[in-house]
Amino acid sequence: MPGKLKVKIVAGRHLPVMDRASDLTDAFVEVKFGNTTFKTDVYPKSLNPQWNSEWFKFEVDDEELQDEPLQITVLDHDTYSANDAIGKVYIDIDPLLYSEAATVISGWFPIYDTIHGIRGEINVVVKVDLFNDLNRFRQSSCGVKFFCTTSIPKCYRAVIIHGFVEELVVNEDPEYQWIDRIRTPRASNEARQRLISLMSGELQRKIGLKVLEMRGNAVVGYLQCFDLEGESGLVVRAIGTVCTLDKLSNTSAFLPACNSPSKEMKEIPFNEDPNPNTHSSGPSTPLKNQTYSFSPSKSYSRQSSSSDTDLSLTPKTGMGSGSAGKEGGPFKTLLRQQTQSALEQREFPFFTLTTFPPGFLVHVGGVVSARSVKLLDRIHNPDEPETRDAWWAEIRQEIKSHAKALGCHAVVGYSESTSICEEVCILSASGTAAVLNPRFLQDGTVEGCLEQRLSWQPGFFSIGSEKGEVDFFPQSQDSSSLLGIEEASPPGCGFCHIPYDELNMPFPAHLTYCYNCRKQKVPDVLFTTIDLPVEAIVIGKGCLIQARLCRLKKKAQAEANATSISNLLPFMEYEVHTQLMNKLKLRGMNALFGLRIQITVGENMLMGLASATGVYLAALPTPGGIQIAGKTPNDGTYEQHISHMQKKINDTIAKNKELYEINPPELPEEIIGSPIPEPRQRSRLLRSQSESSDEVTELDLSHGKKDAFVLEIDDTDAMEDVHSLLTDAPPPSGFYSCNTEIMPGISNWTPEIQMFTAVRVSRLGNINLTNQTLNKNFNDLCENLLKSLYFKLRSMVPCCLCHVNFTVALPEDELVQIAVTAVAITFDKNQTLQANKAPTEKSQQRASTDNEEQLQFPLELCPDPLASQPSLPAKEVLEGATSQTGIPAAQRATSIDYSSFADRCNSWIELIKLKAQTIRRGSIKTTASLDKTSPLAEGYLRHRSVPSCTNSTVSVVKMTPLSFLPGAKITKYLGIINMFFIRETTSLREEGGVSGFLHAFIAEVFAMVRAHVAALGGNAVVSYIMKQCVFMENPNKNQAQCLINVSGDAVIFVRESELEMLPVQPSTVVSQPTSSGGDVTT
Amino acid sequence: MTSDLDIFVGNTTLIDEEVYQLWLDGYTVSEAVSRRLRGGLLERSGTSVSVLQSDTRDHFRTFQMLERLLHSPPRLCQQLLFQIPPPRQAALIQGYYAFEPALARELLGKKLSKGTKKELDEVSARTGLSLRACRRQFDNFKRVFKAVEELKGPLAELIQQHFLLPPPLARDYAAIVFFANSRFETGKRRLQFLSFGDLAACAQHMMGHWTQGAMTPEAAEPDGDVPRSFLQDLKELKVLVSDKDLLDQHKSLVCSALRGKISVYNEMETNFKVLDPCRSDHWSLGDLRLFLGSYTTAPRALGGFRHQLLWERYMAGISACLLRMYHE
Repeated sequence: MPGKLKVKIVAGRHLPVMDRASDLTDAFVEVKFGNTTFKTDVYPKSLNPQWNSEWFKFEVDDEELQDEPLQITVLDHDTYSANDAIGKVYIDIDPLLYSEAATVISGWFPIYDTIHGIRGEINVVVKVDLFNDLNRFRQSSCGVKFFCTTSIPKCYRAVIIHGFVEELVVNEDPEYQWIDRIRTPRASNEARQRLISLMSGELQRKIGLKVLEMRGNAVVGYLQCFDLEGESGLVVRAIGTVCTLDKLSNTSAFLPACNSPSKEMKEIPFNEDPNPNTHSSGPSTPLKNQTYSFSPSKSYSRQSSSSDTDLSLTPKTGMGSGSAGKEGGPFKTLLRQQTQSALEQREFPFFTLTTFPPGFLVHVGGVVSARSVKLLDRIHNPDEPETRDAWWAEIRQEIKSHAKALGCHAVVGYSESTSICEEVCILSASGTAAVLNPRFLQDGTVEGCLEQRLSWQPGFFSIGSEKGEVDFFPQSQDSSSLLGIEEASPPGCGFCHIPYDELNMPFPAHLTYCYNCRKQKVPDVLFTTIDLPVEAIVIGKGCLIQARLCRLKKKAQAEANATSISNLLPFMEYEVHTQLMNKLKLRGMNALFGLRIQITVGENMLMGLASATGVYLAALPTPGGIQIAGKTPNDGTYEQHISHMQKKINDTIAKNKELYEINPPELPEEIIGSPIPEPRQRSRLLRSQSESSDEVTELDLSHGKKDAFVLEIDDTDAMEDVHSLLTDAPPPSGFYSCNTEIMPGISNWTPEIQMFTAVRVSRLGNINLTNQTLNKNFNDLCENLLKSLYFKLRSMVPCCLCHVNFTVALPEDELVQIAVTAVAITFDKNQTLQANKAPTEKSQQRASTDNEEQLQFPLELCPDPLASQPSLPAKEVLEGATSQTGIPAAQRATSIDYSSFADRCNSWIELIKLKAQTIRRGSIKTTASLDKTSPLAEGYLRHRSVPSCTNSTVSVVKMTPLSFLPGAKITKYLGIINMFFIRETTSLREEGGVSGFLHAFIAEVFAMVRAHVAALGGNAVVSYIMKQCVFMENPNKNQAQCLINVSGDAVIFVRESELEMLPVQPSTVVSQPTSSGGDVTT
Repeated sequence: MTSDLDIFVGNTTLIDEEVYQLWLDGYTVSEAVSRRLRGGLLERSGTSVSVLQSDTRDHFRTFQMLERLLHSPPRLCQQLLFQIPPPRQAALIQGYYAFEPALARELLGKKLSKGTKKELDEVSARTGLSLRACRRQFDNFKRVFKAVEELKGPLAELIQQHFLLPPPLARDYAAIVFFANSRFETGKRRLQFLSFGDLAACAQHMMGHWTQGAMTPEAAEPDGDVPRSFLQDLKELKVLVSDKDLLDQHKSLVCSALRGKISVYNEMETNFKVLDPCRSDHWSLGDLRLFLGSYTTAPRALGGFRHQLLWERYMAGISACLLRMYHE
C-alpha cells in the first residue's frame, strides 16, 4: 500500500441553476478514485457553495495511482428523484508522483459536462503521500518523468540518451458497445473519457517500466496518440526517447536563459571532433533514397501494404556491417563499430527529438518515411494487441533499412501517425536519417545501450537530402583524394556533408563541394524532419512552404479500397515532393526543415499536405531557377505564353530573394577551386508518372539555363501546377511564418506571444469533382486560412508565426477539415542593431578560431582518436566552471565558432547575417518568488483607473507549441498535461451552429488546460499540441459531437527582466507562483 | 467551396475594439463588414472581403459568448473560459455599459418595465440609435437597477462594486437608478431643456444631501430612495411658505442681506418664490448662487423656526440642483 491520496473539496462558484423553482442549487460532490467514493455534505440553496470538506483519503497502490484519474462529480441533490449531475472534473495526479514536479494540486477547476460544457468552477486540493517501495518487481513506474518537449528540457542535463521507447494498449470503444444503444449520450461520452484517461495512465505506466528497464529516468519527446478505430476498437499508442536526466543544480541559474535556443557552440567545437568522417567509410548500398516506398501489387488478404519491396530485394551491406571504409583507419573503424554496435543493439535506433546539442549530429542523410495501408479488424484480445504491434514493427523496420541505405545508423526527428477512414487505416512513420557523433557515444557499460554525454542545451539539426527526380551525373573526380581529406567539419556545415558514399550513391543527387568549408561534398538540396540546428549557417530568413494535393479515388470496400489507396500513395508522395521542390526553388532556398507530410484518407479521396520551413543554407549551392519548357515549340502564341510564364517565375524568384533577404555571396568558381560538376546537370520534372510510367522523356536542354530546374509543360495539368506555384501569396509585410521552433534570421524576440487554434470545415462542390478543381479548392482553403490568420494577428506586426501546424481531416464525403495551431511571436524590428554588434563578436570568434585551428593539426595527427576523448570531460568541467563564474550569456553567445569557415571566407563573412545571437544578460541567479506582491504587478493594479477585476484571482497561463518562452526562463517542469475531452450537443442551432459549438468547445479546452496548469502551480504550457480534433455533425438532427486531445508540459517560467531585478540569492527554492496573478501582463 | 465552420480561438482572447464598437452599436455581421470596408481596412491590410467577413463573424461570436459574462462583470474577471488581460476586461465592461445620454434622457424617470421596453423603437427612431443598441442599454439600466434595488449604502459605490464600472459611469448609473426609483417627472416640457448630464448632476446632489447614505453610511434604507422620514420632515418646512409671517420675515432678511450685492435686485423681489423666471431676467449664475446662499442661511435669524438643520439640508440639495439647471 504505497500511497495515500488526499482530496479536499473547498468550494464551488457560478454553479448553474438546477432548481427552476428557487433559481438555486443544492450541490454536493462525489470524489471517486478507483472503486472508492466519498461524498461531501449537501450545501443547500446556493450557486456558490462552501463545502470546506474534510480530507478524503484514498489508500492505494502506486500502480493504481498511475493509471486512475481522480474523478470529481458535482451533483444537485434532489429529495424526490435522482440527483442530477452538474458536471465533472478529471484530475491526472501523475505530476504528484515524482518528487521534482508539483507537490500539490490546488485551485479552481472548470466543472465540465459533455453536453453542456463548462458549468461553474470547483476549488479542490489534492495531495499524495508516497511511501518508498523497494519492491523490484513492482508494476508501477512512479518517478519516471515525461516530457512532450522534443529537446532536452531546459533545466535538465542529459546524462545519457538511451533511445527509443514505444508501447500501445487497446480496448473496445465504449461508443460501439451494445450498451451504448440504451444509455444516454452523456453516459456514453463519460465512459469514453474515463476509459481513455485510464488507458493513457496505463500506457504511461508501461512506458515508464520500459524506461526503468533501460535504466533511464525520463522520456523526452513523448508523443501519445489515439486511434479511434470505430467498431474494431480504440488504440492508445505512444513513442518517446528514453533519457537519464540530471536536474541542473543551482548553477543552472547561471546559464543563459534559453528563450531562443542559445548558442553554446564554444563548448563543443566541431574542430575537435576526432572522427568526423564516419560517412566516408561505409560502403553504402546503391539504393535509391526513396523516402516513400510502395509496392502497388502487394495487397493481399486483408492487409495491403505499401511497404517497400525494393529494399528487401536489394543486397544490403549497410553501415552497420562493421565493414570499415578503407580510408578510415583502424581506430576510426573501431569507433564507428562501437557506435554502430551500440546503436544496433537497440532494436530501433530512433530518436523522437528534433533538437540536439551542437555537434551531436555529424551528418544527415535525408528524410526517410514509410507508409502502410491496413484493414482494421476487431481486436479480439485487448491484452495482446499483437497485430497493431506487428504493423508498427514492420514500418519501423522499413524506416531503419531506409536509413541504412542512406549510410546512416540512426533516425532523428522520428514520428508516427495514422489516418483512418471506415475500416482502412494508413500508418505512417517518418524521420531523418543521420550519423551521430561517435564522440558522444559510449558503449553501454551494462546493457550496451547508447550513451551520449550531452550538455544541457539542445541544438541540433540535419539535412534532408533530396530524393528522386533530379538526375545527377557524378563527376569522375578524384574521390580518393577527397576522402583522404580528413579534416574536421567546421560548424555550421558539417551536418550538410553527405553521409553516404558518393560513388555508390543511394539515389541520384547533384553533389558539390561544401560552399562553406570546401572540403566535403554536399547535396544540392536537403530535406529534414528536424529543427534547424542552432549552429547552422543560414543566409536570410526562412519561410513556411506547403505542398497541397488531392486525389480522387473510387469508393470501394475493404481490400479493393486498400489496394486503390496503396496504388495512389506513391504518386501522391511523388507529387507532394515535386511541389515542395518547386516551391523551394521559387523562394531561392535550398533546404527544408521540420518536414511533415500528412496523407489523409477519406471515402472518395486522398489528401496530402506537406509543411516545412525553407531556408538557404550557406553550405549548399545556390539553387538554380525554374525553367519552363514547352512541348510544342512551333506554336507562336504558345511560345509567347511560355515566355510570359517564365518571366513571371523569374520575377517571383527575384522578389522572394529580396523578401527573405537571401543574398548569398557571389563566388566565382575559380575561388571555389573545387571540381564543381560540369554544367551538365539536368533536371527534369516529370508530370505524372502515371502517364509516362517508366518512360523517361529526355529534355532538350538547349534552351535551359545550365543549372535551372526545368518544368516541362506538356499538358494542362502542368499548366495548372505552374499557376498554383505562383498563387502562393507571400505573407503581408511584417509577417513571417515557419513550422519549426525558431525562425532562421530572426533573433530578437519580444515576450508577447499569442497561441491560437483555427479550424475550418469546407464543403467541396458535390458533383463533377476533378483532381484539378479539388486541388484548387484545397489550395484556396489553405491560402485563405493563412491569409485570415495574418489579418487577425495584424496588430502584432512585426511578428512571426512559429510552429505552424496544419492537420487535415476528411470527416465526411465532401467535407474537408483543416485545423491549425501555431504561436505568433512579436520581435524587435531593429535587428540591424544586433548585426552591428557583430564586429566585436567576430574578432572574438576569430581569436578562438585561430586557437582552434592551431589545435586542429596536432589533433588531426593524433593517431588515436580515443586519446582525444578526455577532452570531453575536460570541456564539461570548463563548461561547469563558466556557469559557476556566471559569465554573462552574451559573452558566451558571442563565441560562436565559425572556425575555418570564418578565416577562409572572411572576404564575405560580413555578408552573412549572424543569426540568433540574442545577447542576453545571463547572470541570473535564482528564481523568483512570483508572489502577487511583485512590485510591478501591484503598481500596475494601483494605476488602473478602473476598480475592476482587482479581486481577480485568475492567474495568467501562457500556452505555446514551442519548447521555450521568449524573454523568459523555465525554472521548473511540473509534469505532463494530457487531456481528452468529448463534447456533444443536441441543440446545435441554439448554440450558434457548428462554429458556435466548436468555438466554445476549443475555448473550454484551453480553459481546462490552463486551470490544470495553474492548479499545479505553473504559469505556462510549453510544447503544447492538439493531437486530435475529430468533429462530426448531423445538422438534420441538430446534433454535433467533437473529440479533442491535447498535450503539453506544464512549467513555471520567470521573466528575464524579473530575474535581473531580483537580488542575488544563491539558493532560493522556487516558490510556486500560486494563483495570485503574479503575471498581470499578458 | 463554402466554409461551414470557420473559427479562430486564441489562448488570449482576441478583441478588436473597432469591431466591438460595431457590435455594441447593434450592427449585424454584414452591416459591420460593410462599415469596416468603408473604413478602408481592405486597402490598408491588403486582404480580401471573405477574410474580413470571417474575421467579423468570429469577433461577433466571441462577443456573444462574452455577453453572458458581461451581465455580471465580476464573473467576467473570475471566469476561466476567456483569458483576457485585466485592462482589456475593464475596457470591455466599460464599453458594454456605456450608454447614449440621449437615450438615458428619454428613459429617465420612467419605470424600467416591459412596457417601456416596447416603446424603445420610438426611442430608437428619435435618438438615431439602432434598436438593438437601445435594448442593450435599456437592459443594462434595468439590470443595474435590479441589482442595487435592495442594497444599502451609497448607490454609486454599490454600482461600482457590482459592475466594476469606472466611477463617473457608476455615478451616472446611480442617477438613473435614483430617477427610476423616485420617478421624478423629467419628461415635462418645462424640463425638456435639461440634458441627461444636468439631471444626473441633480440626482447626485439630491442623493448627496438628502439620502440616508449621506447622513449615516450604514443607513437602514436603500440609497436610491429619498428617505421617507426626510420627506415627512419636509412637511414641517411648509411653515416657511404657509406662514405668511415667516415668509415675509424671510424675504426681508434675504433682501437686506443681498442689497447692493446683486445687480438684478429689483427683479429679485418679484421672483422670490419661483426661480425659473430668473432666466428670463438674465440673472447671472453668480447672482443666483448668492441669492440661494442667502436664502438658505436667512432663516437662522427667524424666530420660531425650529427646523434649521432640515432646512439647510433641503436647501443644499435644491441649491445645487438649481445652479446646475440654471443655464441657457
